[in-house]
Amino acid sequence: MTRPRSAAVVVALLRAQLRLELRTFESLPAMCLFSVTAFLLFHFGLDVDSLSGNLASGVLWVTLLLAALLAINRVYVADAEQGGFDAFVLSPAERSTLLLAKILVLLIYLVVVELVAVPAFAILLLEPSLWQAMPSMLGAIVLGDLGIAVIGALVGALAVRTQARDLLGPLVSLPLLVPVLLGVARWTAPLFDASRAGAVALRWPLVLALYDAIFGLIAFSLFDFLLED
Amino acid sequence: MAPLPLHTAGPYVAAAYIAFFLIVLIYVAIMATKLTRNERTLSELTEQVKRRQRAGDDNGR
Amino acid sequence: MYGKGLRPLSLITAAAVALTLAAALFWAPNDAYLGFLQKIFYVHVPLAILTLCGFVAAGLMAVAHLRTRDPRWDMRSYVAIHISLIFGVAVLITGSIWARGAWGHWWVWNDPTLVSFLLVMLLYATYQPLRFAIEDPERQARYASVFAITAGAFVPINFAIVRLAPAYVHPRTLSNISGNLPGRMQVVFYLALFAVTLLWITLWRFEMTAKHVAAQLRQLQNLVGEASDEAPARRSAAPSLTHAGSVS
Repeated sequence: MTRPRSAAVVVALLRAQLRLELRTFESLPAMCLFSVTAFLLFHFGLDVDSLSGNLASGVLWVTLLLAALLAINRVYVADAEQGGFDAFVLSPAERSTLLLAKILVLLIYLVVVELVAVPAFAILLLEPSLWQAMPSMLGAIVLGDLGIAVIGALVGALAVRTQARDLLGPLVSLPLLVPVLLGVARWTAPLFDASRAGAVALRWPLVLALYDAIFGLIAFSLFDFLLED
Repeated sequence: MAPLPLHTAGPYVAAAYIAFFLIVLIYVAIMATKLTRNERTLSELTEQVKRRQRAGDDNGR
Repeated sequence: MYGKGLRPLSLITAAAVALTLAAALFWAPNDAYLGFLQKIFYVHVPLAILTLCGFVAAGLMAVAHLRTRDPRWDMRSYVAIHISLIFGVAVLITGSIWARGAWGHWWVWNDPTLVSFLLVMLLYATYQPLRFAIEDPERQARYASVFAITAGAFVPINFAIVRLAPAYVHPRTLSNISGNLPGRMQVVFYLALFAVTLLWITLWRFEMTAKHVAAQLRQLQNLVGEASDEAPARRSAAPSLTHAGSVS
């Protein structure tokens, strides 16, 4: 059997996962609903009508991070339970294509959720207007989502074939995601500042990009070892 | 911040060093428990082997 | 044989630790700024350095395990993480005591070392539950190695990143003043670092020996045909050394 081209494999895996999601709606509605509910929780918990600056940035990104945990758990479950891993390992495709496919899936999920959650946040809780901040926000969203997707795809694969997968996934991911949270929250905090006083420090995009790159490399080097049996 | 005088700082320094020692000693104590358990298992095994050897000798005679 | 040379090593370690204690308490001068409280630093900072190096070393041992598939490397990695976790607990406790003495609170967020430490410890606290959740020993070792490498890479990166956060730009803290120490204090610090390094190595060899003995004992039990009534095949988070015939 000839070895299929990696790009074709990734696309096929991606389409399979997205088709499954469109049919069963396991993850996306839950993530969106969770995000909006979380904003409500913050409103009641913090007893504030509007947020700006550091606090706004923190609330938004912690909520998105926790929503991402829902996806990280679900993204491999179908493979593990229906023998998808075995079928994939037996096929001649390169194993890292599965990792790339899962990273892309998580990225897509996160972007869809952000399309719902960020406007909801702007309407419900954010004090300054979001439009002027958008270009820089987009950069933060892209680099932040990439970090979450890379770490989520690696840890998800690690956790899904253990006996405590629902606990281990979040517990192992969260410390690894703290630098991503730090980078992205500190990046957008001056953007949410009512007085527009803060300028975006250059270090945070650099830190995020480096972190994403390093853990991307680590994930691709180690992924094969997780799929050996 | 002005440095704490000796009589207030002393207990903290002592507490820190004592905590360090206690942690190491607790570790040693746990390892000691495992060691004594292994020692007991080993002596039981030795008894087993001796009994079997004696039984084997009796049968062979 | 892991136990060879353990006794002289322990004796040298004990001597180094005793010498460090004496030097720290009686020979080193009091810090002009922080006073007597600064002496906590001789035990807190070396423990912190050893914990972090230990985690990174465990990651390197895990790399060796994945390359050679020798279960002994997995055991070495497991023990390294275990000892480093214990040292890490000591770091958090001594750091907390220092925070209470210096700032009046049992925890402060303005010391980047302590904060990074808490994060690293929370990550490595998941190592044993992860191992325990996988029954097949070969897969357990493999997955644990993947974790140890990822976490080992995370340790230095996390330290650098936490220091970048705005709150830590000008901290007047324990970790900040370790850079420029005057004469005697520097000598005592390096002595302390040497003693704690020896302590880490001694405890590591000690636990490796204990685990090796336990594995040989289990092998003996199986040979004699005993194992049935006592503790039948309990799930274990620790590597076993008895599979793949690696117990010499």
